[in-house]
Amino acid sequence: METKNLERVVIRFVGDSGDGMQLTGSEFAKAAAEAGNDISTFPDFPAEIRAPAGSLFGVSGFQLHFSSSEIHTPGDAPDVLVAMNPAGLKTNIKDLVLGGTLIVNTGAFNEANLKKAAYKTNPLEDGSLDKYKVHSVDISHLTNVALEGGPLSNKEKGRAKNFFALGLVFWMYGRELGPEIKRIEQQFAKKPEFGAANVLVLKAGYHYGETAEVFQTVYKVPPAHFKPGMYRNITGNEAIALGLVVGANLAGKSLFYSGYPITPASSILHSLAKYKNFGTMTFQAEDEIAAMGAALGAAYGGSIAVTASSGPGIALKGEAMGLGVMTELPVVILNIQRGGPSTGLPTKTEQSDLSQSLFGRNGESPMPVLAAKSPGDTFYCAIEAVKIATRYMTPVILLSDGYLANGSEPWLLPNLEALPRFDVTHRTDPNNYFVYERDPKTLARAWVIPGTPGLEHRIGGIEKDALTGNISYAPENHEKQTHTRQEKVDRIAQDIGELDLSGPESGDVLIIGWGGTYGSLRQSQQALAAQGKSVSHAHLRWLSPLEPGLAKVIKNFKRVIVAELNMGQLRMLIRATYLIDAVGLNKIQGMPFKVSEVTEAIERELGIAPGSTSTAPVRSDALPANA
Amino acid sequence: MSEAVKLKLSKKDLETDQDVRWCPGCGDYAILATVQRTLANLGIKRENTVFVSGIGCSSRFPYYMNTYGFHTIHGRAPAIASGLKITRPDLDVWVITGDGDALSIGGNHFIHALRRNMDLKIILFNNQIYGLTKGQYSPTSTIGTRAPSTPSGSIDHPLNPMSLALGAGATFVARATDTDAKLTGSILERAYAHKGAVLIEMLQNCPVFNDGVWDAVKDDPANRQIVLVDGQPLLFAKGTKGIKLGADLRPQIVDVGDAAGQTPLSEIVVHTEQGSPLYAHLLAQLVQPDFPMPVGVLHRAIKPTYDALAQQQMQDAKDKLGLGDLNKLMFSGMTWEVGADGTRH
Repeated sequence: METKNLERVVIRFVGDSGDGMQLTGSEFAKAAAEAGNDISTFPDFPAEIRAPAGSLFGVSGFQLHFSSSEIHTPGDAPDVLVAMNPAGLKTNIKDLVLGGTLIVNTGAFNEANLKKAAYKTNPLEDGSLDKYKVHSVDISHLTNVALEGGPLSNKEKGRAKNFFALGLVFWMYGRELGPEIKRIEQQFAKKPEFGAANVLVLKAGYHYGETAEVFQTVYKVPPAHFKPGMYRNITGNEAIALGLVVGANLAGKSLFYSGYPITPASSILHSLAKYKNFGTMTFQAEDEIAAMGAALGAAYGGSIAVTASSGPGIALKGEAMGLGVMTELPVVILNIQRGGPSTGLPTKTEQSDLSQSLFGRNGESPMPVLAAKSPGDTFYCAIEAVKIATRYMTPVILLSDGYLANGSEPWLLPNLEALPRFDVTHRTDPNNYFVYERDPKTLARAWVIPGTPGLEHRIGGIEKDALTGNISYAPENHEKQTHTRQEKVDRIAQDIGELDLSGPESGDVLIIGWGGTYGSLRQSQQALAAQGKSVSHAHLRWLSPLEPGLAKVIKNFKRVIVAELNMGQLRMLIRATYLIDAVGLNKIQGMPFKVSEVTEAIERELGIAPGSTSTAPVRSDALPANA
Repeated sequence: MSEAVKLKLSKKDLETDQDVRWCPGCGDYAILATVQRTLANLGIKRENTVFVSGIGCSSRFPYYMNTYGFHTIHGRAPAIASGLKITRPDLDVWVITGDGDALSIGGNHFIHALRRNMDLKIILFNNQIYGLTKGQYSPTSTIGTRAPSTPSGSIDHPLNPMSLALGAGATFVARATDTDAKLTGSILERAYAHKGAVLIEMLQNCPVFNDGVWDAVKDDPANRQIVLVDGQPLLFAKGTKGIKLGADLRPQIVDVGDAAGQTPLSEIVVHTEQGSPLYAHLLAQLVQPDFPMPVGVLHRAIKPTYDALAQQQMQDAKDKLGLGDLNKLMFSGMTWEVGADGTRH
């Protein structure tokens, strides 16, 4: 047996949506994190809960990238593919690197499943997989054998087969079984017979690898180097929930969270509903509009009010969000973006709600918008959103996406004591109170809450006098209030930190991104810069107002690329704001950017940049740059 | 001014400095005056009272109440009021709405606020018409209503607000006419004392777009209204007529008395506020023109409120798990330490 050291591995598990691929992947990710690797995960599953077994559209996948060096993405292409059935093989084999390792569950390659996967011949026999290192293992049968004589029915036994695959890859990468066994036992504490069966099958998979002699090599990915500190593995939705609880605490207030079930935002509600002993109140509203309305009501009453949804739900909330703009109440609105329009791609990622966030309400309705760049970053963005909402008395939109929400990474736990507090106070002085009297620096009105004697007042969605807050239809007053609402949002720039710029402040190519594409863009730019290429990457956290740091550098580059998972929504804003000929790198496939796609785009622009005056469009997949 | 004097509110204390902008003769004026007078008499704390409204003529109401007020958007007042009440159970939250606001665009929020028994006092001004948008028929308009949007007459069946509220689970359901200050006042007092979802239907006149829609009820109260009194039979026409249950539970109007052809008092249905839901639904079905309309408290039930249960769950969690420790929460799940050498320990 040979042991081979690898720097990094990308592995993908695929099978039926009922095969437990998400569990297998996330457990293997935990083992990699436990072994000290840097990790990045990408769960990719259909919207159907249990799509018909064996169907092409029911394939569920989980990709894990683990490495002994720092990584930012779940990897472009898998080095290892574990396919639990023909449909999984069919839909994923094109991504496997040439010469990559393929583990297939031959037990599922029967005539019926081959037919469902539209295979005319069995790919295990027709030579079509010759380009790969194929390991054919009858996982279904071996699982049944391992559980023979046990208390489980045949159907229940079949459900344990993902643990065989897990055991096998544990062996391949030299992972310890102990912690995994403990986790299984904990998870199945209420159904110990299932726990015991899963452990049996896990071990069977592991021992199969050891004894079957089909694998000649075990691989070792040594631990990565991290900043010292305490770590945990975290998904974007877990981190955003923690950020809200901590944010409310830093504001010295209680958190109220209202939501309506929607993919991929629901798990935030699930997390927060467990935090009641932190003073967190959650409310599952009757619809999206009510969730937004309840948040406004709670904000009016003095809570840190938050609601979350995805694009379709945000569309429904639009009118009530406008009421928040008009009445200047602090509410945080999370949009965990997914593919659109309409129902679109519920379980897939996209960045196509930027325009909706910026412009998706009636009237001149400016609203601050920020976007998180990684699962762990959602924590800090949530805190920042709470801070800005309360400091400027405004609704704030925080954008995340399906990729960040479900993807995970090792996360350096913050020192909570070191996070600056921003305690919120409510005006109680009844003398000379005017509803729209403003703080000279932030333009925020005072947050006066019911229960305060002598400050009884009325607010509402109808236009109000710029000082007294009485109904006013006066033309000049409306114009003044409109400008003031915009200026208040613009002034948030004074609280925005340095631009996240990698590379020099001038050069040939600047690639600008925002949100969850950070990992691919940064990794690509750093690799090219290491080769001596003149390329910088600016990643925007704030989209409304635009980061002040961007204006300082954006005109210092010969070519500017705006990379986003939409048709060019930020690019339109950049072109309009800075009057520059920015080109787009755009992808609308419900999938994140591959590093190679980004690199290719940058190299194309680099080819044009030096001394070139050409402004010809260089993309095939987007609007013409000079349209 | 001494504290004692300050505590005694007058109607004036609940008026604002804003000009009331309803049309002359609008039924809203009478309701506003009754609300102001009644709440003043109740000695409410202005600072702990919030009026939330949606959109429509009636929804301008909060601007005229010298309490806290929130004029929101069309149909959403119950949702916004729910968020407020859940987080601020110390406040008295009133919702002002109309037949279009509550029953058409806001139907969903209306039924769910009632279903949850949210401690909200909802006053629904029902004039069977859209006033603010100039006279279209509403979900309570009778079939055949001719309006700008239905020049040939409306063809949809009207909604019965009382039946809807009862079906949704409201725990205090009452009705009064806009000009009946005495009855309205007594209902408001009892609604104020009730813990839970209140729905008061005000039969309100729109003098511009639907003038006289309730005249048949209001102009001849003796014959066209049944004043509900808990424990008393359903009588009207000075006690000469009453409601009796006929075959298959159909209500019938009968002459009350012991003479031939009359029905003895003992057979007249006796009003029970906390009666069965079936009885309450039966009362709700007594509508004009076939029946005199019941006014007063149709139904009342004692049930835990959503806001109280939500607060209780939070308290229980704190008692059971202890006050949340943020550091513990952050460090929950699988954690590991990376040492100064940059590798895992």
